[in-house]
Amino acid sequence: MSRTNWFSVQTELSPKAKTVLGILSFVLPILVWSIVSYVPAVWHPLVQITDPGSVSYLQVDMRMPRGPFEDVVKEAEAEGQAPPQGFPANPVYLPAPHEVASALYTAFVTPPPSRDMPWLHESLWHSIQVIFWGFFLSSAIGVPLGVLCGAYAPISRLTEPFVEFFRYLPAPAFGALAVAILGIYDGPKIAIIFIGTFFQQVLIIANTTRKLDGALTEAALTLGAGNLQLLTRVVVPGVLPDLYRDLRILLGWAWTYLIVAELIGTTSGITWFITQQARYQHFENVYAAIIIIGIIGLGTDLVLGMLAKRFFPWDRNGK
Amino acid sequence: MNAEKTLPSYLEQSDAVRERFERLKARPKILEVKGLDKVFETPKGQTVALKDIHFETHRREFLCVVGPSGCGKSTLIRILAGLDAQTGGDVLLEGKPVKGPGRDRGMVFQGYTLFPWLSVKRNVMFGLTVNGMGFQEAERQALQWLALIGLEKFAEAYPHQLSGGMKQRVAIARALANQPRILLMDEPFGALDAQTRAKMQAHLLEIWRKIDITIVFITHDLDEAIYLADRVLVLKAHPGEVQELIEVPVPHPRKMEQFISDEFLATKARLEELIYAYEEKEEGADEDEYDYPDMPRLVEVGDSVD
Ligand SMILES: Nc1ncnc2c1ncn2[C@@H]1O[C@H](COP(=O)(O)OP(=O)(O)OP(=O)(O)O)[C@@H](O)[C@H]1O
Ligand SMILES: [Mg+2]
Repeated sequence: MSRTNWFSVQTELSPKAKTVLGILSFVLPILVWSIVSYVPAVWHPLVQITDPGSVSYLQVDMRMPRGPFEDVVKEAEAEGQAPPQGFPANPVYLPAPHEVASALYTAFVTPPPSRDMPWLHESLWHSIQVIFWGFFLSSAIGVPLGVLCGAYAPISRLTEPFVEFFRYLPAPAFGALAVAILGIYDGPKIAIIFIGTFFQQVLIIANTTRKLDGALTEAALTLGAGNLQLLTRVVVPGVLPDLYRDLRILLGWAWTYLIVAELIGTTSGITWFITQQARYQHFENVYAAIIIIGIIGLGTDLVLGMLAKRFFPWDRNGK
Repeated sequence: MNAEKTLPSYLEQSDAVRERFERLKARPKILEVKGLDKVFETPKGQTVALKDIHFETHRREFLCVVGPSGCGKSTLIRILAGLDAQTGGDVLLEGKPVKGPGRDRGMVFQGYTLFPWLSVKRNVMFGLTVNGMGFQEAERQALQWLALIGLEKFAEAYPHQLSGGMKQRVAIARALANQPRILLMDEPFGALDAQTRAKMQAHLLEIWRKIDITIVFITHDLDEAIYLADRVLVLKAHPGEVQELIEVPVPHPRKMEQFISDEFLATKARLEELIYAYEEKEEGADEDEYDYPDMPRLVEVGDSVD
């Protein structure tokens, strides 16, 4: 067995090393988080009160900075009264891993505070629908337009300069406008995801299309392909695996617009859940919700990646 | 470099060869190139890639084009294919001027240009179906072409599963499936190793013998040119002009053993004279003789490889 050279440039890893490193990439951050949460010597800037002792303004479970707490203890001892008791703690906004883990479960089974409010899974489903429609509408126009821009220079020149300008305009800035036009429910949210995705999409798809090997279109021409056939039978199938990869990346971006989109009009979806939980300082639920978004995003991408291998068996760059 | 014994002139032809050329020239003209010019406009000024090129090929002729690098071989064949437009002169295919690419002229490129998303069979069917043939008929014909190149077994494989030589064979089958009048090939075997190249050459001659096709074949390998060609068109560079159109005196059918025959060597000597004499003249313009730069010795004195 030769020793693995980890740092040789552009070298493939063995499948085993890939799996191990992939798992480590998750384990390491969780490990750091666990150390910060469970080792009292690390960070823990606060003290969580277990017994207020003689101090009237302290309550059980209250957290206060360590310095003032020690002052209070000294004061009480000096006066010969019962000192307050407590243990080192982190701020509420950093719950421990096990708290978040159990919140991942309890958040789904805890009924909403009032009847007309949605359960967590209903909020999530609502978010997924907003993403889907925003991304679908954007792709339905953006992909064909991008391919046409990549294939035909006049369409590119007529479209891309404006698109290039528009993509610098921050999508959330159109929030108020979108509400005025589309009302306060899902319309403006879908519109924000559309605006955030569409303009990037046209440019990225156009560039991908332009990268098609010109020798393939020339070969098709010498075989008698007409202009339209060149588009449908060479350009489109030729760039399809790359377009698919682009769409996977763009779908990830669409998720990043979700939270702003859901704050527009009436707050809805997973954002509503997160803001509610944060208001009541249930930060373990906030983290749980954020992690769920991550899991949905990563899961979708993994599934799409596996489908890609099915769809494009000839694609050598597919990973 | 020349052998001790004196070679016959490359212009000397045996009776059989002469009669063969007479028959060849009696056949109708497929391709006529008349006064072809190509000037590239570049930011640095004009590059004259081709200047006043004249030649013609007859039906079922095998024409090779050789010349120093940059003499415009690729430019010429791209104009013949209709992928580029000439700046002057005419290209006539069976008397009709060539305008743009078309299925009457097949082309095989130096790089691999099979469609990676199509199986080998579908690649060969491509030209047939874009020209309106039904799927089943196209499939039937494609399988016949694959049989001709000996790759029926790979009909369902994707191009990335083939070796370089196999890819070029499929590319030839794909071009021939359209039944073009003329097959244009731009250094099609340039990227292959010597052994595969030799096999491909023999194979191409075999295909050419069996079907009604005229071939224009670009190469920079002089042996390849003599082995394959009826006639060799020699170009020179800056500007690209015809130096000579040589009738290869090597008799048919061609065999590998002919590489050391007198006719073969005489032709090769002539081609080398045309191309290298010319190249030396080009280089000699700014430098009298090419000397190796003074290299310092980097090994110990006793450490000799001689
Ligand atoms: N698109 C272009 N724009 C400008 N000049 C070009 C272009 N294509 C070719 N040329 C020039 O035309 C001349 C002929 O080029 P060409 O590629 O036809 O040569 P070649 O004989 O095929 O060379 P090689 O043996 O290296 O393939 C060269 O001087 C080249 O620089
Ligand atoms: Mg060339």
